[in-house]
Amino acid sequence: MALDKKIEELKKRREIILQGGGEEAIEKQVAMGKMTARDRIIALVDKNSFTEYDLFVEHDARDFDMDKKTLHGDGVIIGTGTIFGAPVCIFAQDFTVAGGSLGFMHARKITKIMDHSLKMKVPLIGINDSGGARIQEGVNSLAGYGEIFWRNTLNSGVIPQISVILGPCAGGAVYSPALTDFVFVVEKISKMFITGPEVIKTVLGEEISMEDLGGARVHSEISGNAHFYSESEAECFDQIKKLISFIPWNNLQKAKKFPPRDPKPEYNIEDIVPADPKQPYDVRDVIRAIADDSDFFEVQKGWAENIVVGFGRMAGETVGFVCNQPLVLAGVLDVDSSDKAARFVRYCDAFNIPIITFVDLPGYLPGVDQEHAGVIRHGAKVLYAYSEATVPKLTVILRKAYGGGYIAMASRHLRADFVFAWPGAEIAVMGPEGAANIIFRKEIATADDPEKMRKQKVKEYKQKFANPYVAAARGYIDSVIEPSETRKLLLHGIEVSGHKSVYLPSKKHGIPPF
Amino acid sequence: MKFRKELKLMEETMVKKQDECGEKKQRCKILIIDGTKYRTFYNRKFENRKKYEPPNPNRIMSYIPGTVVKLFVKEGQEVKKGDHILILDAMKMKTNLVFESDGKVKAVNVSEGVKVPKDFLMVELE
Repeated sequence: MALDKKIEELKKRREIILQGGGEEAIEKQVAMGKMTARDRIIALVDKNSFTEYDLFVEHDARDFDMDKKTLHGDGVIIGTGTIFGAPVCIFAQDFTVAGGSLGFMHARKITKIMDHSLKMKVPLIGINDSGGARIQEGVNSLAGYGEIFWRNTLNSGVIPQISVILGPCAGGAVYSPALTDFVFVVEKISKMFITGPEVIKTVLGEEISMEDLGGARVHSEISGNAHFYSESEAECFDQIKKLISFIPWNNLQKAKKFPPRDPKPEYNIEDIVPADPKQPYDVRDVIRAIADDSDFFEVQKGWAENIVVGFGRMAGETVGFVCNQPLVLAGVLDVDSSDKAARFVRYCDAFNIPIITFVDLPGYLPGVDQEHAGVIRHGAKVLYAYSEATVPKLTVILRKAYGGGYIAMASRHLRADFVFAWPGAEIAVMGPEGAANIIFRKEIATADDPEKMRKQKVKEYKQKFANPYVAAARGYIDSVIEPSETRKLLLHGIEVSGHKSVYLPSKKHGIPPF
Repeated sequence: MKFRKELKLMEETMVKKQDECGEKKQRCKILIIDGTKYRTFYNRKFENRKKYEPPNPNRIMSYIPGTVVKLFVKEGQEVKKGDHILILDAMKMKTNLVFESDGKVKAVNVSEGVKVPKDFLMVELE
């Protein structure tokens, strides 16, 4: 009898806390077009799979009348659940409670679930919707952020960490998402910046809206901070679920294998790539002609479009694709595309995902802006990432592969395991026009008709070097293959490298050109 | 699934882009690398890139947005290397700007108390 009463009390206590910030605050949240934190978690995880912890946590701040305020759950919900059966740890900041502001106990709840995710070796998903530091708690709030960042770094490369920005995420708070593997943003809802429009206006006199400063489009198309863009929260959750299906739970496992499926017949690999290396095409069609079910899940789709990265499956196994995109800037490597490719390669390497690289690039992008922006340093990231990666590396040179770009794009020299080239591949220091201009400078300058001579010499050079056989003769590529053989050979390559092991010198860590 | 639909849309627009490239050649941009002309599309960053201008020591630009709190020169004044130009208050710091070379002040585009954006031409020497 007495226990019944206690259970009654528990239910009552729960009910109160589950209301979050109360009806009025929830109405406001909905009016902003946002879901509440608890609804978000329920929408994201498998039905009835969410278990919440630390529901009864309370803050112990005393200054500024904080001792008189009750903040339910201290503005954050933590717990575990499953997505397609895969266990995940989740925290979701509750904007209805004190604007989701981060106090000491709020941070303690987050770090608790972070520690849990590391210990249990399962992915961590953080839903960010917070006004920032709880100013009343002063340096304790900052300490909380620091503890989160430290754990983000500790967890990095051990468990997948996913950040979902579903509201403001400003000031120091942005560094937690920045330290995680994938950042999801939603149109009109996500706002990320270090200093907001108000500060920018008072300090610098520049006026800008929140959306233009750090909205979803800005981060998925200009800054490159976000990896996945969507129009609605529901779409965003679908993307997260899809991503979870592609990646392993932790760095000791492989991603879950799916039943193998053939690519769709509408993608005919022989029809996609034009023979002339100066003509563009969409390299994503090549990926779709190769991947299971023609399913390609692109990462950072809107940023640095001159390289395409993302996940697909080959005979049911997850692979990472890194491909030059001739449709944009002729597929060159530049500051941003190097950054994008290198980071993705390191992700795949950390989580045991084989990397398939399709090469078709004229080299690095020339220009003062590129040199001054540090294309040397950024370009070196690609070399570093590929060299360091020990997962199976399979490379297909589709067409042109010139200069430093050829070396950087998972060449044999950076220890690619398999390098195939299509018959139209051109592997050379530079394109025939540029090369002929240099090698035959004298002949061209002294000829009666320099233009005619130049054309003749370009043709000569093309015949001699613009083919895959010079590189094949040195064993730099393993095989010249027909496009239609590509999938078969890649599948074979992945199969035989299932137990690949590489011995590297022991070191604390390398010094990549960050 | 919603996501599949979105992928489909993306495919369609890309195919359209290719058609434009094939049929109406002027739509496709040209990128020249090592003398070879590649037909391709530009991205936003490439389209918005700034043309390089070599720095000119006679043009005193604001290197950071801020407020001019003190101005030491006026138009027509002869100045020597090391002379004070103005004090710029930016990011809670007051910075003393000095001339890098001798010359005569051609124009002063600021006054005390004025807020200047980044890369604003504040003072010009002849």
